[in-house]
Amino acid sequence: MATAQTIDFRRVTLPDPLPLDSGRELMGVQVAYETYGELAADRSNAVLIFHALTGDQFVAGRHPVTGKPGWWERMVGPGKPIDTSRFHVICANVIGSCMGSTGPASLGPDGQPYAMGFPVITIRDMVRAQMRLLDVLGIGTLHAVVGGSMGGMQALSCAANFPERTGRVLAIATTARHSAQNIAFHEVGRQAVMADPDWQGGDYYGGKSPDKGLAVARMAAHITYLSEQGLTEKFGRQLQERDAKSFGFDADFQIESYLRYQGLAFTDRFDANSYLYITRAMDYFDLADEAGDKLADAFAPARETRFCLVSFDTDWLYTTADMREVVHALNAVAAPVSFVELSAPFGHDSFLLDVPALDRVVAGFLG
Amino acid sequence: MSKLRADLAKIAAQVPAGARVLDVGCGEGDLMAVLQDDKQCDARGMEIDGEAVAEAVARGLSVVQGDANRDLADYPDGAFDVAVLSQTLQTAQRPDWLLDQLLRVGREAFVSFPNFAYWRMRLSLLTNGKMPVTRHLPVSWYATDNIHHLTVADFHDFLAERGVQVKGSWFFAAGREIGGANANWRAEHAVFRLSR
Repeated sequence: MATAQTIDFRRVTLPDPLPLDSGRELMGVQVAYETYGELAADRSNAVLIFHALTGDQFVAGRHPVTGKPGWWERMVGPGKPIDTSRFHVICANVIGSCMGSTGPASLGPDGQPYAMGFPVITIRDMVRAQMRLLDVLGIGTLHAVVGGSMGGMQALSCAANFPERTGRVLAIATTARHSAQNIAFHEVGRQAVMADPDWQGGDYYGGKSPDKGLAVARMAAHITYLSEQGLTEKFGRQLQERDAKSFGFDADFQIESYLRYQGLAFTDRFDANSYLYITRAMDYFDLADEAGDKLADAFAPARETRFCLVSFDTDWLYTTADMREVVHALNAVAAPVSFVELSAPFGHDSFLLDVPALDRVVAGFLG
Repeated sequence: MSKLRADLAKIAAQVPAGARVLDVGCGEGDLMAVLQDDKQCDARGMEIDGEAVAEAVARGLSVVQGDANRDLADYPDGAFDVAVLSQTLQTAQRPDWLLDQLLRVGREAFVSFPNFAYWRMRLSLLTNGKMPVTRHLPVSWYATDNIHHLTVADFHDFLAERGVQVKGSWFFAAGREIGGANANWRAEHAVFRLSR
């Protein structure tokens, strides 16, 4: 995390304390963000993109920490489906994360890192912080909010809680409620982090970070982002740079080597405590529960908002059935909703990858 | 409206301006686009084919991918002024259920279908003794989606049994509108406007 600490992020400090769903308040919240494309004089062309669990505000262009292209480079830019020659795209790092916004690695009021003293946050808290950012930036109504996975949860939450600011909602590969299976996978990841002796109850800042635990968490999660078909096609049972099995516990198989690399690379850019807090926020996400257990009631204030929902046929993390529940609720309040299940081989990660049909849907829906 | 198929053009002309319309089996949304642009309707669509839905959404239309045989049940009663079912009734698993659903979610419904008693069909069946393969029904019996063929006369009986009112009917042959006289053998296609 040393690199992320040394970067001069573009960010604002919210002028007022941020009230949280837990009942606590966060003072002096910083929100780091990036923008792409010009804001129109009438401020009508703003599109807010919400990032996923391990994403950040660097949607396009070169990432200052990893040096890699932005996570949605293929979707966002001049002439791309989210066309920055027409739209002013804003993407903010969620609170609880570690790319410049206030999170567990930030210094608390006592001058020490919050660590596990950071309040447990929710998806709605993340959205609330971003609406406060828009207040500071002087942007009222958004032409659209867009997000995949956890970004899609924020997009749905934004429509439910801030309908007056939300012109259109494009929610991809997401759900209105984290399932028992979703929670189960996250709990495996959290326990892997906490089982790492370097985690130290979260007080590892300034010392050795729990990279082993975080890498295992990432490995387990990464499997859920891919499809069985995709794994079989990409790796099968192929061996990694060897002709025969080693009869040991090296990464004999390519899939093992791949996952180990994914796990390690992740620890270079992500804070383990942030992983705990953000997965917790996702597990707590249940839009129906927020509205007295009826999902349609959550969307009742958003009946004028246009929705476009996209699922992928190989996504077993957030399934087409999950999305149909959202469609059902939106139909019940007569909100203008589009829904399509796209065919793509990449599982949950399809929303980040080369799916031309998604490009057409995104461009057409944003208008 | 000239680009629309004859039955769709008729429906587009008859739908009241500004109506809330559900087009069931909307394809890429040709009818919806005309209703929205020319008649200021609030048009929504349902379509089973994902690629067609993606195209419709890319046109800026509100279309939900779904199977009318099941997913129409998701819409509240009276959610629409008009429900449209064009060239789809004969493909439904349960045409009776589907018609009930149309008239539940819509105050009125437009239904169009190919007339199996069209004289060319009769002649083809009479002379060849085989299921007719024609311009409008171009697929062999074993591969066709049309699993519930019907005639204009069948449809009238069906509506009468179910107490459904006919508010209008139009008939087409060779792409042109024809009069209603002897429609059961002269019409290749029929459009009905229905209500409870």
